[in-house]
Amino acid sequence: MTFTKRAAAKLLLGTALAATMGTTAFADGHEKTKVGFVYVGSVNDGGWTTSHDKARLAMQEHFGDKVETVFVENVAEGPDSERVMTQMALDGADLIFTTSFGYMDPTNNVAAKFPDVKFEHATGYKRLHDNVSTYSARFYEGRAIQGHIAGKMTKSNIVGYIGSYPIPEVIRGINSAFIHARKVNPDVQFKIIWAYTWFDAAKEADAAKVLIEQGADVVLQHTDSTAPQAAAQEAGNVTTFGQASDMEQYAPYPRVSSIIDEWAPYYIARTQAVMDGTWEQIDTWDGIGAGMVGIGEITEAVPADVKAEAEAMKAAIADGSYHPFTGPLNKQDGTVFLAEGEVADDGALAGMNFYVEGLDAELPQ
Amino acid sequence: MDLSAINPVLFIAGFFVAATPLIFAAIGELVVEKTGVLNLGVEGMMITGAICGFAVAVETESPLLGFAAAALGGALLSTLFAFLTQVMLANQVASGLALTLFGLGFSALLGQSYAGMKPPRLEDVDFGPLGDIPVIGPVFFSHDIIVYLGLGIVIAVWAVLKFSRAGLILRAVGENHDAAHALGFKVKRVRALAIMFGGACAGVGGAYISLIRVPQWTEGMTAGIGWIALALVVFASWRAFRVLLGAYLFGGLVQLQLNLQGAGVAIPVEYLAMSPYVITIVVLVFLSRSRSAAPGSLGRIFHASS
Repeated sequence: MTFTKRAAAKLLLGTALAATMGTTAFADGHEKTKVGFVYVGSVNDGGWTTSHDKARLAMQEHFGDKVETVFVENVAEGPDSERVMTQMALDGADLIFTTSFGYMDPTNNVAAKFPDVKFEHATGYKRLHDNVSTYSARFYEGRAIQGHIAGKMTKSNIVGYIGSYPIPEVIRGINSAFIHARKVNPDVQFKIIWAYTWFDAAKEADAAKVLIEQGADVVLQHTDSTAPQAAAQEAGNVTTFGQASDMEQYAPYPRVSSIIDEWAPYYIARTQAVMDGTWEQIDTWDGIGAGMVGIGEITEAVPADVKAEAEAMKAAIADGSYHPFTGPLNKQDGTVFLAEGEVADDGALAGMNFYVEGLDAELPQ
Repeated sequence: MDLSAINPVLFIAGFFVAATPLIFAAIGELVVEKTGVLNLGVEGMMITGAICGFAVAVETESPLLGFAAAALGGALLSTLFAFLTQVMLANQVASGLALTLFGLGFSALLGQSYAGMKPPRLEDVDFGPLGDIPVIGPVFFSHDIIVYLGLGIVIAVWAVLKFSRAGLILRAVGENHDAAHALGFKVKRVRALAIMFGGACAGVGGAYISLIRVPQWTEGMTAGIGWIALALVVFASWRAFRVLLGAYLFGGLVQLQLNLQGAGVAIPVEYLAMSPYVITIVVLVFLSRSRSAAPGSLGRIFHASS
């Protein structure tokens, strides 16, 4: 018994020694910067969370040994996420990216408790503490291009739209797509189904099927899984667009193009800032021009002239000569939203809680 | 609002598809509960079946082999529950919850490399001229074999429970395990077999989601259907045909909600989402007045010496 104990003690000592040596060997430069990511879905969702995780891996590759990244997936929005963030902060994270709208209050709550840890919240607007930044992409720029293609592609003149939650970001996307679909096709109608989830393959599939049954031959989605793409493929003659990730496995048809979220440059820049000690609170909202929103390849299923128009619009949005929300535009109730030639300012866009004129649907309250 | 957008034929046909996973999971659980065992691990067994079925279907290119594997996977996981509750005499509620948590995590692990893949398609059964009958054809004769298998299992369970000696023994074990034991029936063996049957059914129900309804694999894709199945057994007051009725009602509510939204009817979705549970609670209240529906030994641990 004594022998075993002594052997165990020796072993322990050895391990401890090795561990210390390991640390000292590393401590000559600077210590690793630890970056945490909180994900709402699975890294395999093929959409939103996949795009964030790809960016995490790109960032990891960029910095190599200088950073250590950790992530937790499938974290429910609300109090549970607060626990996950707290644990990350306690485990020594220097920078934490929280990548869903519903993490807004939890992020700020945890940030209050850990003033030395930097927090970056995606798609939110609350920065209650100096160590909280927010970042988002102008997805509505991509939606404008989708709307244009959708308006041209639909034969039934019914475009289905799977919404997640009726929040400004999603409503903005619906409006942007609708405005541009109507511009090229005055008869087009939108059918909108709210799934009340970001990521639930079965529900998204059901929603897509119902839209198709009700006559939609183009389905846009603002949810994270590829289930609507699978449903469209099954139906055979339905056009879809990749959401957040390229979803190229469904190209060239049903997926004819996509909105791709490009987070990697931002993640690299912000991690670098933490390393350099230059991190400051910012509010980032970048679009196609800055490279945060990418437009996936427009496939041959789209007629060449439509593709050319879409690409021209993309170029115009990128160089700033065209804004997707340019007047004259009315709200759904007929009141003026933007006068002739007027361009929506970011404040109006950020808080958008109304449909534009022509949309035949009611916004859930 | 444009209710004419809803095609009633497709709407009702959608009932069958939405209800099938529920039918399988609930009828399996009904048999388990009829023997006096409460297995709260339905969700875990479903999701395990979903990934086992998906993986095997993708590897072998055969959806039917996938369903067989799903039944096997669900049954295997349920033997863990049988071992814990029948051999180790562990608490059934805790073991069932553990089974759900384990199943969710284990399936995510198994499914790592299957995300984003497309499973082989299961063709609809060809009924020949029957499928061409207007209205009736698309509603009743345009489904895959699993939908009909689900109906068949409900009828079989009903018949076995009502008319056969095996069904009588099964019910006896569930009503009063001490009496059944005194009569010489192998209480634990009956229960273990029922648990495995329940696991197999739940597995097939889960695979129906991953192979046909969605069809693809994502983590946690059963998204609470196992819990609705548990509520459904109570709603059905442990009767096979009421399970069928309840599954169409619960599955139909989901379809109805989506269809109404698509037609532009502004309805508070929350109410429809919670309605299965509210209905179950209401049914429970009524049941508690008669106090005869639940199997007498439900949830109680059996040991021959006590």
